[in-house]
Amino acid sequence: MIDTTTRQADAITPEFVAEAQELISHYPVSKRSASLPLLHLWQNHFSYIDDTGIEWIAAQLDLTPVNILELVTFYPWFRREQAGKTVIRVCRTLACALAGSYEVKEKFCQAVGLDPHEEHHGFGCAPPTTADGKFSVEFVECLASCGSAPVALINDDLVENIAPAGVSAIVEQYK
Amino acid sequence: MASLLQTPHPKERRIIFGNISKPGYAPDIDTYLTHGGYESLKKALTLKPGEIIDMVKAANLRGRGGAGFPAGAKWSFIKYDDGKDHYIVVNADESEPGTFKDRYILHEDPHQLLEGLAIAAFATNVHLSYIYIRCEFPKAAKIVWNAIKEARAKGFLGKDILGSGFDLDIYVHQGAGAYICGEETSLLESLEGKRPYPRIKPPYFPAVLGLYMKPTIVNNVETICHVKHILAMGAEEYAKMGTPGDGGTRTMCVSGDVMRPGFYEIPCGGVTLGELINDVCGGLKPGRTLKAVIPGGSSAKVLRAGEVFKLKVKGPDGQMIDKETPLLDLTMDASTLQAAGTMVGSGGVMIMDDTRDMVWALNNLNQFYAHESCGQCTPCREGSLWMSKVTTRIMDQGARPDDAKNLKNIADNIAGRTICAFGEACAWPTQSFLAKFPDEFEKRVG
Repeated sequence: MIDTTTRQADAITPEFVAEAQELISHYPVSKRSASLPLLHLWQNHFSYIDDTGIEWIAAQLDLTPVNILELVTFYPWFRREQAGKTVIRVCRTLACALAGSYEVKEKFCQAVGLDPHEEHHGFGCAPPTTADGKFSVEFVECLASCGSAPVALINDDLVENIAPAGVSAIVEQYK
Repeated sequence: MASLLQTPHPKERRIIFGNISKPGYAPDIDTYLTHGGYESLKKALTLKPGEIIDMVKAANLRGRGGAGFPAGAKWSFIKYDDGKDHYIVVNADESEPGTFKDRYILHEDPHQLLEGLAIAAFATNVHLSYIYIRCEFPKAAKIVWNAIKEARAKGFLGKDILGSGFDLDIYVHQGAGAYICGEETSLLESLEGKRPYPRIKPPYFPAVLGLYMKPTIVNNVETICHVKHILAMGAEEYAKMGTPGDGGTRTMCVSGDVMRPGFYEIPCGGVTLGELINDVCGGLKPGRTLKAVIPGGSSAKVLRAGEVFKLKVKGPDGQMIDKETPLLDLTMDASTLQAAGTMVGSGGVMIMDDTRDMVWALNNLNQFYAHESCGQCTPCREGSLWMSKVTTRIMDQGARPDDAKNLKNIADNIAGRTICAFGEACAWPTQSFLAKFPDEFEKRVG
């Protein structure tokens, strides 16, 4: 569900604005190129991107909000809902699947208390998330670490050669 | 670091990974400088831009991203003094399933990339460049950005590089989780802040109408790194490492059912598939036999164990003759794999043994392509999803008598009918799995 009760744009700080200006300066030929960087900035700061975020970014770049919304709905990385504090992205694609990533993903779900069979409802939605908001678990496509499969990207950390039996110990580190 | 042997295998020749494998080697600029860093750039700045392009041509460097286009030819499409702005964009969107080499270069040796990039920019009159890194490498983006700042502080980037009068700014640009952005024109759309729908060629060849509609070079990370070594070694010495037409070393990324998966930097054409599997990677797991090989990233057509290929080779009297070549005797270079009906692509070799179900494997890839199709062209948007639905249904409920025929029909109607090569990339697995393993589909008909 899209949260409409809070307005993320009301919480923007001068530091945030300065960071946005710095990112825009990397694109001297066309400000529009800063759309992805500003979306990343926003999602890193607020955890997800609400309507006010889309409007604010569009205004910085002299665009209309739909120019930003169409990116949010295209790219799998962006979401319009709160995800868990720790997001566990298990690689699903062939080399990892050969090495047991389906079982690994199931173990991650069990270790954090999620139903392994809960579907991810598609682009823009948060992945399945625990009720306490601590963990999200999802499958993602190839993470480009096929030689140390199976792997997962947990927040910014790549975890390699994951054995199903080692999953709960990995989860402990993020509790 | 995972995936790299401490001591190189005798078949290896580490150029790109030469320093990365040394104990204590760090990604900072001081470490780089004590290992001969930026010496190639200094040399390049004393040459004429045309001389550098001639060296890259003579080195027979082919792109390492998948398409294998000769790098020197790509650069020479850019007219040095046409009065237009030019750009180089480094494709660090490494996403082809089976490929995992650029990840390590970005994390462990970012200055090698920056040095190669500065040389490439000097040769093609580029003053603004972007490194497009997939956002699933968050640490790499920070490491490369930090390296850019270090290089700027020491005068290797920025204004008037090393007093040569040449200016270059480089920025990191992060993707957002879409495989299609590895396609060069899609990447440019993404970098312009738009939905990354690939552009149609012609007219939108990047060298003519690229980033911001200006002449642009898009090169893979590994390709750009090789430039530094071509300058250091000289084109002839570099070319000698490979085969005619495919010079230097290529990083082969091996995954799947072998004892030692990982990446191995090997002179182009320096190993056969059999040597790669049985010697370099320590063979298959005990008691297993080989079933299938995907030799160049998930889009490359699959090869079946026991296949024998008729390859054209030079006979004793200099005439071209057909030579029967078993699968494991194929050399891993661009032209041999092409002659065997597949490709060396991005160097991602996936090995499957006799315990593997080929319908299951194809279904995994079909789900990947259905997820990643950008949706611009109808045959691909619909077809990739249909193929995925059919193979998923076969896995769940068994096959219908006409499933194999329908799958082939769908795939045949995607390949060649789309704006970009994703159409082929998603059709080739289905076409080749059906052609090479028809029995696996037939036996599921209930």
